[in-house]
Amino acid sequence: MENIDLGLVDWSRAQFALTAMYHWVFVPLTLGLAFIVAIMESIYVKTGKEEWKKITLFWMKLFGINFAIGVATGIILEFEFGTNWSNYSWFVGDIFGAPLAIEGIMAFFLESTFIAVMFFGWNKVSKKFHLLSSWLVAFGANLSALWILVANAWMQNPVGMRFNPDTARNEMENFWEVLLSPTAVNKFLHTVTSGYVLAALFVLGVSAWFLLKKREQLFAKRSMVVAATFGLFSTLFLVVTGDESARHIATIQPMKFAAMEALYDGQNNAPLVAIGILELPQDPEHPNPREFAYKIEIPNMLSYMAFLSPRAFVPGINDLINGNPEKEIISYYEKIRRGKLAIQALKNYKSAQKSGDAALEEESLKIFETHYPYFGYGYYDNPDKLIPNVPISFYSFRIMVILGVHFGILFMVILYFLYKRKLEKMKWLLWVSILTVPLAYIASEAGWVLAEVGRQPWVIQDLMPTLSAVSKIDQTSVQITFWLFAAIFTTLLIAEIKIMLTQIKKGPNEGGH
Amino acid sequence: MFENLSYLALQQYWWIIISLLAAILVFLMFVQGGQTLIYTLGKTEMERKIIINALGRKWEFTFTTLVTFGGAFFASFPLFYATSFGGAYWVWMLILFCFIIQAIAYEFRSKPNNFLGSRTYETFLFVNGLLGTILIGTAVATFFTGSEFSINDMNQSTWKNSFRGLELAFDFTNYNTFINLSLGLAVFFLSRTMALLYFINTVAHGNIIERARKQLVREAIPFVVFFLFFVGNLLLMKGFAVDPETKIVSMESYKYLHNLLEMPWLFALFAIGVILVLLGIYRTITCFEVCHDKGIWATGFGIIFTVFSLFLMAGFNHTAFYPSTFDLQSSLTIENASSSQYTLTAMSYVSLLVPFVIAYIWWAWKAINNKKITESEMNEEGHSY
Ligand code: HDD
Ligand code: HEM
Ligand code: HEM
Repeated sequence: MENIDLGLVDWSRAQFALTAMYHWVFVPLTLGLAFIVAIMESIYVKTGKEEWKKITLFWMKLFGINFAIGVATGIILEFEFGTNWSNYSWFVGDIFGAPLAIEGIMAFFLESTFIAVMFFGWNKVSKKFHLLSSWLVAFGANLSALWILVANAWMQNPVGMRFNPDTARNEMENFWEVLLSPTAVNKFLHTVTSGYVLAALFVLGVSAWFLLKKREQLFAKRSMVVAATFGLFSTLFLVVTGDESARHIATIQPMKFAAMEALYDGQNNAPLVAIGILELPQDPEHPNPREFAYKIEIPNMLSYMAFLSPRAFVPGINDLINGNPEKEIISYYEKIRRGKLAIQALKNYKSAQKSGDAALEEESLKIFETHYPYFGYGYYDNPDKLIPNVPISFYSFRIMVILGVHFGILFMVILYFLYKRKLEKMKWLLWVSILTVPLAYIASEAGWVLAEVGRQPWVIQDLMPTLSAVSKIDQTSVQITFWLFAAIFTTLLIAEIKIMLTQIKKGPNEGGH
Repeated sequence: MFENLSYLALQQYWWIIISLLAAILVFLMFVQGGQTLIYTLGKTEMERKIIINALGRKWEFTFTTLVTFGGAFFASFPLFYATSFGGAYWVWMLILFCFIIQAIAYEFRSKPNNFLGSRTYETFLFVNGLLGTILIGTAVATFFTGSEFSINDMNQSTWKNSFRGLELAFDFTNYNTFINLSLGLAVFFLSRTMALLYFINTVAHGNIIERARKQLVREAIPFVVFFLFFVGNLLLMKGFAVDPETKIVSMESYKYLHNLLEMPWLFALFAIGVILVLLGIYRTITCFEVCHDKGIWATGFGIIFTVFSLFLMAGFNHTAFYPSTFDLQSSLTIENASSSQYTLTAMSYVSLLVPFVIAYIWWAWKAINNKKITESEMNEEGHSY
């Protein structure tokens, strides 16, 4: 990785982060609202009551507005792998490209075809066919989430492939291992349910506004019953799968785990810092803070969370860097050494091939294969560069979890007061519901920030550092596109929010569009 | 069953799929063409609304086909993805910007309080139709004319021109630029031609149809001129031939003409395609006793055949489909740019879904598109743009 330009890498990362985070503003609502709409329409078809059709139409309209911008922000992500991460596209394209293509063939067409029936088919197809279309849209949206999340999970936990030194890339050996890796399954479940929770909170918040305005009360309460029930179940599942995610990280990405817990020195019976504030870093050379200014701990909890045993040893950042022979942890220094051996062996292999030196070729290949698992480490000299940003990881995890608990409680309280038929009077609760809508987005983005920032500096865990994935473009070009994206997406977001709010204000009883 | 195919056969199979997707994409770009005709054909608010709705029910298809084309290209020929997208950065970025602004334009245009105003969203549609078609056409032409890049022995690519792809459309000191642009402009006028045929076929509104029929000649003539210029150059130019044994790339005179002659079936396909395109246009223009309104079918299938055979001409018969003019040996072929045999096999199973996908699209469209689009429909309850 001669002459890597760090400015270029950072701008490329910033651009990817910007566009991905914008995409994720719209995707979770699509994922969840599609189901909520389908459930509402099912009730309509079952009961035949026109009110339910009105409810369905109202939420469907909001779904459509959100969907369009989800599509607009998605296309750019797909092509950015080529434009901004071209070395990556070759190094892992053999595995990574497949889910992206399958997503197009299986999911996007399903969705876009039946969305047309959903919107334009009301008076043209039978009720049953229409209902089926709505379910297919929900199914298609979630199927598209599946494939891209399989791709992402593979980057966190690369399995089912082998490096081919002749083509200098990773090649897929087992499709099912890629698809069914526990990381992928779990990531899919956790992520789509997070979408359901977000959508449920969105419906709840909008309905609460109607109740506060004393408009459309019946409509609002009906929507809330569906949303809160759906949301409560989803939240329970979300917490379970989130916990499972954490456990996967503890074994597969121990550095991410240590960073998200700000744990420097590993220990048995490790406590979980439930709430904590990190001290500001003193030394600009080591931007990651080491001490807590304030913390509330739950004893043994971290060991339990990571390994299901209160006594288990949880390695900290220092253990990972310096190694811990007692716990059989290889130090980062050693991994760097082996990584460099692998890189050198690959070079020798290539030149031996050119000069026709079969003996050297075979020997280099052997060395290479032994050390390939540490390949990516060889690009570094200083293990400090292999620590992700601790405060971002730490806080984003706390934000997500604390908000998750808040959401669960909110759904329960709402259901309770709906059942008691007192909800209209609980002004404060209605306000909390409204204010929770932005929190849902924050929790959801925080989850991705944890997942992606926490795995730095890797794009492919242990194999490919972010800095060697980047396309060699002049930094100015990336800066320009970054600002163009920022401007366009922000403008579109403002337009979307304005349109949404206007549609909400019009309410379910105004026809037209 | 795909396990029994040779690596080369799989690579060819996937090149066929990519070519087919490209062909369908170009056909579906009638949506883009139509977006540049909104004000030409629609003189009142209602007329424009009808036109936009006629297009609005199809735009997702074009878009999704583009997305799937990208995904499939990535999965089957990742080295192309890395080289072209990472290299011709600005061309692809411009294309993407054109599609971002399209995706929201339909949904947002007629909504109250839409922040930018309807005219802005209509401008977005226009820009998408103008730049999207020209740039995609120009980019595809480089499959024949080549670009400046090199690939090292770790298969990492470097673009050698600091204009990052813009040189392909704006470097007028290079004759290839004219060839590239001629295909871009041909695609642009073609998309407008097809849009007119599409309106004639699906809209029931006298004024719009009348204007569309008048406009048809004005679009068809430039299309034919640019297309002939491109094809003429293509058949006369030197092409990038790959030696089947040594894999060494060299320039061969009349390479693409040779490809047609050496693969007579391809020649037939290409010829039928071109004839169908012209037939559809001709039958619609010459309104004998009754006016023909099904021209879109002949022209549509014709364009699918034509583009399909152009792509096969670029990749089959030992030809480099993404040639480098900077370093001939860096040129990409379907053999050196493809995914592994395992991945191509796995993906081939997925490709079996394609007929199924086409079938349900057909079925769903029939269910909601069995009547022509009329003015009264715009006022009914339900969704309109
Ligand atoms: C409404 C949003 C939301 C809420 C309330 C939660 N999550 Fe979450 N979380 C996500 C939305 C999310 C996400 C956006 O879907 C992420 C990002 C990447 C991923 O796989 O899912 C995620 C990732 C994510 C990760 C990182 C996965 C990785 O790095 O691969 C962990 C460890 C957790 N979550 C754990 C939890 C726990 C224990 C929660 C307990 C309440 C929780 N999350 C609530
Ligand atoms: C849609 C939700 C997503 C969000 C909000 C998100 C967020 C982010 C963020 C914040 C970064 C920057 C990390 C950093 O530079 O420190 C990033 C980087 C990246 N993410 Fe994601 N991500 C999302 C989905 C995905 C998916 C599904 C994939 C892969 C399939 C992916 C692949 C990448 C890649 C390749 C990078 C660039 C390299 C890097 O900086 O690691 N992301 N993402
Ligand atoms: C880097 C990662 C990602 C890429 C490359 C990507 C790609 C895309 C593309 C190309 C579209 C437009 C599809 C169309 O034409 O209809 C899209 C839309 C969408 N994406 Fe993403 N996406 C990414 C992350 C995610 C994640 C993490 C999820 C969900 C968990 C997701 C779910 C969706 C959904 C539900 C849509 C709505 C529109 C549709 O399906 O057509 N995407 N995405």
